[in-house]
Amino acid sequence: MTDRPIKVLIAKPGLDGHDRGAKVLARGLRDEGFEVVYTGLRQTPEMIATAALQEDVDVVGLSILSGAHMTLVPRVTRLLMERGMDDVLVTVGGIIPDDDVAALRAAGVAEIFGPGTTIAQVATFLRANARPRD
Amino acid sequence: MADATARAVELVEAAVDGDRRALARLLTAVENRSAVGEAALRRLYPMAGRAHLVGITGPPGSGKSTLVAALIGEVRRAGRTVAVIAVDPSSPITGGALLGDRVRMQAHAADGDVFIRSMASRGHAGGLASTSTSAAAVLDAAGFDLILIETVGTGQSEVEVAAAADTTVVLEAPEMGDEIQAIKAGLLEVADLVVVNKGDKPGAQRTAAQLRAMLVAGAGRDADLSRADRPRPKRPEVMITTAATGDGVPELLAALDRHRATGRESGAGSAPARLARAEAQVWAVVANRLRDRLHDAAHAPGTAETLAEVADHRLDPYAAADRLLSGLDVV
Repeated sequence: MTDRPIKVLIAKPGLDGHDRGAKVLARGLRDEGFEVVYTGLRQTPEMIATAALQEDVDVVGLSILSGAHMTLVPRVTRLLMERGMDDVLVTVGGIIPDDDVAALRAAGVAEIFGPGTTIAQVATFLRANARPRD
Repeated sequence: MADATARAVELVEAAVDGDRRALARLLTAVENRSAVGEAALRRLYPMAGRAHLVGITGPPGSGKSTLVAALIGEVRRAGRTVAVIAVDPSSPITGGALLGDRVRMQAHAADGDVFIRSMASRGHAGGLASTSTSAAAVLDAAGFDLILIETVGTGQSEVEVAAAADTTVVLEAPEMGDEIQAIKAGLLEVADLVVVNKGDKPGAQRTAAQLRAMLVAGAGRDADLSRADRPRPKRPEVMITTAATGDGVPELLAALDRHRATGRESGAGSAPARLARAEAQVWAVVANRLRDRLHDAAHAPGTAETLAEVADHRLDPYAAADRLLSGLDVV
């Protein structure tokens, strides 16, 4: 079995209650042949990192609309690093001001997907950049 | 192969030592049926057999994940460790999957004595993935007291979980069917416990009463007959829970414990169950290997052509199977 699907965790950290976008992405990636774990709303960075570890995902996709990304995202990436998941690809989707992009990249985010990004663009990026699977 | 064995030994030692990341990697290797996974299972299997394996099955939306979450809470209050394998279906079209069972269980995500793993069914019918039983053996060897195996939403005949588990719980929702549904063969027959969930909804009591009348009373009379050579139906206990509030969940855990204790005491409950599990595991490996071998052009160059001939009705499926199997070097 060489061609096993890429496994992606879609998580919504923080307190905003809008997960339509996350669900649409989860379903879209399913249709692109990914195995998508969805964890639901209002996840703490701790819960996200633990889920990523237990599920042994290749990608963590964080969806944030609340504006708290500068607090939440670096916490998630730090927890992933601390637990040895430095090979997991982290992406962020949602409303992220241009001014914050460099800082998020420095915190370990591989890509930021803003409004208007297509599912196909996300899928192509993940296929090209997810860790090689054994 | 030597590399795979070395990596497997490394992961197994770490996982048994409590390293959750190593455990997660092992489960991936097993799920992918990789050389590492196979080598790891060879080492882990002798260490397994201690945990209580409980299967949770039932129709989509009957509350399996919510009940699993409630059970996790109850088990943790009792000071025991618990692992969950939650299976959701893979797309037959794209191979993708949406694994959404964790949503209900995330309250327990930060608890180090709870380990939750989602699995996609990856084309396997029957309610589980072909590697779910092996994954349960890994979690068993890693030392979890209780392992909950949640199937995909099942219909009437996905009974595979009964072979994978010591105790099988079949969930029903209120008003899902009448007495005729309750006496049909299939899923309800493999239940050790039948749970009517959503007990706060109208009709829960009536559904439970119907199930009791049809499952327990009927089976009771039959069990009195002295025909030990014939397979006898189970007499499942019928309970009511409201997983969302936790009502009935302590009683359910007590019933699970009782079922396990009874099976162990009598020996009758456990020996056939263990044999059934062994059979299911071995056949799963055999079937997987056969399929892989037949899809591998190096070993079976004619497979694609044979399938195409059947599709065109130039060859019947039986002749095709004869041809594929006769051309196979099995080991």
